Amino acid sequence: MELSIRNVQKEFGGFNALHEVSLDIRSGELIALLGPSGSGKTTLLRLIAGLDFPSSGQIFFGEEDASRKSVSERNVGFVFQHYALFRHMTVADNVAFGLKIRPAATRPTRAEIKRRALELLDLVQLSGLAHRYPSQLSGGQRQRVALARALAIEPRVLLLDEPFGALDAQVRRELRRWLREIHDATGHTTVFVTHDQEEALELADRVVVMSQGRIEQVGTADQVYDNPVSPFVYGFIGDSSTLPVRVEQGDVWFEDRSIGLRAPHVPDGEATLYFRPHDVELLDGCGGCIAGTAGVSRRVAGTKRVELAIGGAGHRVEIELPVDHPAATRSRIAFRPRRWKLFPARELAAAPATPLPEPVAA
Amino acid sequence: MADAALHPARPEAASAFRSPVTEPLGFRVFAIGVTVLLMALFLLLPLAAVFVEAFRFGLDKYLEVFKNPDAIGAIKLTLLVAAIAVPCNLIFGIAAAWSIAKYRFPGRAFLISLIDLPFSVSPVVAGLVYILLLGSNSAIGSWLLQDFGIRVIFAVPGVVLATIFVTFPFIARELIPLMEDQGNGDEEAAISLGASGWQAFWYVTLPNVKWALLYGVLLCNARAMGEFGAVAVLSGKLRGETVTMPLQVELFYNEYMTVAAFSLASVLAGLALVTLVVKSWLEWRYADQLATGARTH
Repeated sequence: MELSIRNVQKEFGGFNALHEVSLDIRSGELIALLGPSGSGKTTLLRLIAGLDFPSSGQIFFGEEDASRKSVSERNVGFVFQHYALFRHMTVADNVAFGLKIRPAATRPTRAEIKRRALELLDLVQLSGLAHRYPSQLSGGQRQRVALARALAIEPRVLLLDEPFGALDAQVRRELRRWLREIHDATGHTTVFVTHDQEEALELADRVVVMSQGRIEQVGTADQVYDNPVSPFVYGFIGDSSTLPVRVEQGDVWFEDRSIGLRAPHVPDGEATLYFRPHDVELLDGCGGCIAGTAGVSRRVAGTKRVELAIGGAGHRVEIELPVDHPAATRSRIAFRPRRWKLFPARELAAAPATPLPEPVAA
Repeated sequence: MADAALHPARPEAASAFRSPVTEPLGFRVFAIGVTVLLMALFLLLPLAAVFVEAFRFGLDKYLEVFKNPDAIGAIKLTLLVAAIAVPCNLIFGIAAAWSIAKYRFPGRAFLISLIDLPFSVSPVVAGLVYILLLGSNSAIGSWLLQDFGIRVIFAVPGVVLATIFVTFPFIARELIPLMEDQGNGDEEAAISLGASGWQAFWYVTLPNVKWALLYGVLLCNARAMGEFGAVAVLSGKLRGETVTMPLQVELFYNEYMTVAAFSLASVLAGLALVTLVVKSWLEWRYADQLATGARTH
């Protein structure tokens, strides 16, 4: 099922949760809506589901305008962040609920319902637990029941709201791989919301990066990581360091020295240089480079992160060095970013200066 | 005394290992003692007295009251009133809890306070207000009496009305915090699975609150059968017609039929005990599904 979201806007009592959002989702695609809290990602998901209605704009399911249709008419499978399992029903009854409540004309027979419920429990690898109650399951198991329950109604689209948000890191990684397998096996068009960029980049075919009710960028993991189109995306996805610079006739200047980077297509003026801390080239001498005094250094897994104070203002940037690199012990380090991007200073006004990914609830 | 003798013997032990939030042994014994004593004096003793008085002249005398037509009438009326008032408040309680817990609307906070009104206002005042509103001298009362021949005040409808008023908050009060706590999530899930609003209510909402509901019904019923003040004002105490059990107890007592009074009172007391036991059982067994902490089954 293809989804098409066209100029959708959503207001909550005067507050604009979504501004003119448009997005096309291909059939069978696995899409992540990624953004910090308050970016409108869950709002967008609920609009697709029909749990909320847009203030303006349209949502198409294939060729059909679903904007004014109810949840059940849209026939979507929705998995809630806190599972929302029916606590007084067994796992099997939870899964069978969507079939049992159908009107007699479209309801499968009792035996058929039972067979389908068990089949789905098999799919989510919970076959032995059909007669347990939700309270007797672990968080990861509950999430699987919630998914099986959503799949039981044979939805046209599968929507997941922070599906792994409430689970601990290890279970989350496991379920991620497993969700990918289920998606590949069933072929449902799937949209999930997450604030965890690792989850989005690893799992999704395409990632929709959102901020403040707008879509910042839509692309594959490689596209959004290697070629961020806005300062927000650069800052939000992966680690980044920034430096205020000036562009003059295609040369990039930091304070009074050229840092050896060429930007021939960038207009002259103030700009901000973005680069990844690990994607730098260390230099010995400094003819066209960024040089700074090493400050605090931290050991992060296989690398060492060094904070450098650059220039007269002591502007702080972080770079990453191999642990055994000789430069790690030096007091003065010179480097040049290998891959970088310049954003004109005025673009920054629209985005937060240092967007922090929100802490992950584990 | 024992305290004074103990402390010098083991001063370090007492001061070193005492939990910071507990008091010296002497104070604890005192506090518990006072509580138990007062409970025994004010609660257990009167309760025991009811049964002692009722059985003072033996079982035969005790059972005699259940042959008295006035007493039988009172028991029947009490059952009838409870049978009407409890379902009414059941429906009201669910509706009120549903609207308060699931919707946000202007005046919501006021409505929550208003539900408690029957708790805070004296039942006698409530009774008098109903007489003013529905008595034969009032517009509504005379209209009902003349056009439909329905007498509300000093008749069974008045007794029912008074009981409904007094027991108004019980079920709603029990359900509101639970439903607020549970939120809309389960209903949204049901509806996303294709359930109609009614199906979501019947298969999801109601089972989620069933024990709290039973708890509320129990308290509501106990109060409905035991209410005195408002009923006394509205009933007019017409023997065999508008007299409920509590009123009949008073009538017997005023006529010096002490055994009859206490026998009938013992039925009410027995009802209270049964309610207490079932209530405690519910609290013990389904504590998590009553008004607090309903998230985790």
